[in-house]
Amino acid sequence: MLTLLGACLLALLGLSALGVTGRAPRVVFLGCAAAAAGFGLAAAIALTGDGMAATALPVGPPWAPSLVALDPLSAWFLLILAVVAVPALLFAAASPAPPPAEGAAFPLFLAGMAAVLVAADGFTLLLGFELMSLASWALIAARHPTGVGRRTARLYLAFAAFSGLCLIAGFALLAPAGLGFAAIRAAPPEGWRAAMVLILVLLGAGSKAGLAPFHIWLPLAHPAAATPVSALMSGAMVKVALYVMIRLLLDLPGPAQPAWWGLPLIGLGAATALIGALRANLERDIKAILACSTLENMGLIVVGLGLALVFRGSDLRPLASLALAAVLLHALNHAGFKTLLFLCAGAVASLAGSRDPDRLGGLIHRMPWVAGCAMLGAFSAAALPPLSGFASEWLLLQSLIQGWRVAEMSIQLIAAGTLAVVGMAVGLAAAAMVRLLGLVFLGRPRTPRAAGAPDAVGMMRVALLLPAALSLLLAVLAAPMLSLTGGAIRQLLGANALAPVAGFDLVLGDAGARYAPWAVALLLALAVGLTWLAVRRRSSLAPTREPAWDGGFMPPPPHLPFGDPLSQVSAMGLGQPIRRSLGRVALAIRERHYPAMPGDPATATLRVDTEDRGFTQMLYPLARLRRRLSRRAEALRGRTLRINLSLAFGTLVFLLALVAWLERG
Amino acid sequence: MGIGELPYDVAHVLGGAMLLVSFVLLYQRRVASLVNALALQGALLAMAAVWQGYVQGAPQLYVTGLIALVAKGVLIPIFLRRMMRKLAPGHHTEPASNIGLSMIGGALLVALAILVVLPVTTGAKALAREDLAVALSIILLGLLMMLMRRSALAQIAGLMTMENGLVLAAIGVAGMPLVIELSTAGLVLVAAVIAGLFARVMHERFDSLDTDMLDPHRGEGR
Repeated sequence: MLTLLGACLLALLGLSALGVTGRAPRVVFLGCAAAAAGFGLAAAIALTGDGMAATALPVGPPWAPSLVALDPLSAWFLLILAVVAVPALLFAAASPAPPPAEGAAFPLFLAGMAAVLVAADGFTLLLGFELMSLASWALIAARHPTGVGRRTARLYLAFAAFSGLCLIAGFALLAPAGLGFAAIRAAPPEGWRAAMVLILVLLGAGSKAGLAPFHIWLPLAHPAAATPVSALMSGAMVKVALYVMIRLLLDLPGPAQPAWWGLPLIGLGAATALIGALRANLERDIKAILACSTLENMGLIVVGLGLALVFRGSDLRPLASLALAAVLLHALNHAGFKTLLFLCAGAVASLAGSRDPDRLGGLIHRMPWVAGCAMLGAFSAAALPPLSGFASEWLLLQSLIQGWRVAEMSIQLIAAGTLAVVGMAVGLAAAAMVRLLGLVFLGRPRTPRAAGAPDAVGMMRVALLLPAALSLLLAVLAAPMLSLTGGAIRQLLGANALAPVAGFDLVLGDAGARYAPWAVALLLALAVGLTWLAVRRRSSLAPTREPAWDGGFMPPPPHLPFGDPLSQVSAMGLGQPIRRSLGRVALAIRERHYPAMPGDPATATLRVDTEDRGFTQMLYPLARLRRRLSRRAEALRGRTLRINLSLAFGTLVFLLALVAWLERG
Repeated sequence: MGIGELPYDVAHVLGGAMLLVSFVLLYQRRVASLVNALALQGALLAMAAVWQGYVQGAPQLYVTGLIALVAKGVLIPIFLRRMMRKLAPGHHTEPASNIGLSMIGGALLVALAILVVLPVTTGAKALAREDLAVALSIILLGLLMMLMRRSALAQIAGLMTMENGLVLAAIGVAGMPLVIELSTAGLVLVAAVIAGLFARVMHERFDSLDTDMLDPHRGEGR
């Protein structure tokens, strides 16, 4: 096991060195895919059989060797990493050659994430975390030497540095005895130290996972990178942050933490889910829509994590294992369908030439493979029943509904309120997927480029079909997959905790609700098959093709062979009802209307500027504060020589007096 | 070693004399006397270093004493005196400023230094404790002098006093390597030369040594 992991990591380092040269980018990416598959193999071995106990490496910081281990929790997230990385890397190999910096940073990014997951001491974990952050920054910056993209990369780097610092502080508080996980578990934090650990982990790992109010970088940074990188960041990197959160909140501080620990997670998660789902309905960039949907899913997952903490603190182990199972399963399912959707978006962007839905449309006719895969992913993201997203969101909502079993009235009320918010977020996410599919794949092409787009072929098609097949498998085999998490659940919640699984069904206790994905799939297939048979075979009427209804518009003028773009609904237009009714929850919106002057034949325009409330209410006030402080500091420079001297003198005398006073007391 | 024993008494007398000279520097308005007092403090420092070298049996302190005598007792005073001679007679004294206030402040600073040093160094030898307290007082008085005086020459003298205090602290502690004292001495020579040049340029430009004159001209000549 150690040999396999070590070989994969060393291979990644070697590939990074090859990537610097810029030669043979396909070899680099295919090699990375092989290494990622190796990680997946190691994870599968660890999940089905025995993991790897903490092993000391011959390298490490001066005070102790680095420790690596592969327990069920790490193995599960390593599996998620492999599920995302293999298709993304195949897609990268099928894309045109990237800049050399990207080829060098890509293997390092993978290696950093894997190092976080296999680490068994704080130092190695933080090292991997920082490597992951820096490499992903390099991946964004490599594509954008100047301009808006570079500013986005800088914003991302600032947030990454912030989260790294918070995590370092969190580990410092967590590990007075030693940085090894075993040493931390032996001396769990208590009192104010535990509360500070909670806050620091929420700030550190939370800002990496995109929790509100530190979510603002995510919808900007994820779409700015190249498609495979976006898929990895959205599918795997936020999961690594989630892993750090689980490790530092659920595992290392021990089972004796109070129930209220979960409440901040529930609140932040619900807010993030709502904000993400709302913004997904308002974005004008297909990759940004997907990034916002990532926010929504991370919010749901963090709500589940908070519930697990609450239930465990209230001694409701079966419910805690239900919530934790929902977290773990949704992390895997989201990795599957989000990778699929990002790769489809990348295929659309490269083959149809744009990421703006207002320049796409009708692609289902030109790109049937891509459209089919995207539909599968979008249905899954919208949590339609037989597909993978439904199983885990069902588990999550069921565990939220069980919130009334906690004795405290306040937690019951919070669970009920969260249920409403989460329900709204899930509905909005489904609306966002409808909008994405409708604008990009349905209707008529809005530009000639979209009308002439070719379908994905060769390795790109393989890269799309792989996660699609995986998503389908996960949909039907949700229960067997979930039973693989049994080890992780036992590890976190005690020896007699069980995954909520019976055979091929997901169950809540013996007499509780039950969800059988295979039965739903079978019934749906039966219904669709019978309908198809009735319409196509048994009908006496021959099928005919009619022109599409034009919404009552005039037929297009002859110079617009693909129809008048204005006669189709636009991205902003489709999002407008939600923007008007709910948009102000997440966004600061400014609408300005510029009417045409009387007699002027020009059209009137409506200009809508939206900005996330995280910017207007957190980042801008912080920037103003910094400016004010620097003006104060600047004013200090204008003092005369005598005042400067007396400042130094006064400080010295004050400190000496302080020393004298302290010695007396 | 304590009161009534010769090594302690002599060291104490020398340190006390340096402190006294610091008070002289604090109120002396005539520049010529200021330079004389500075030379006297340098000579006292040299004697203290030699005495400590004799008491501790550390021959490198003789070198320190020699450097102090040559640099602070002779060279720097000569340098300052030559600079003073170029000044117009009107600049040989400076306007009276709060002498009473500075004397009271100086006394308070000495009290503060003793209050800080004595409890910190419980367990150390009495000689080192007294020495440190006196040295800290001299440093603080030098800083106070730089603060209260307006003339550049007096401010240079304040800087020199601070350095004297530092060296006094260094020689009181057994086992201080010679290289540190050598480099401090070199540093203070360089500082004196730079400060002297600065004062001369300032005098040529503004016909005054009042450093408050500089503030309105800040940022010029770039």
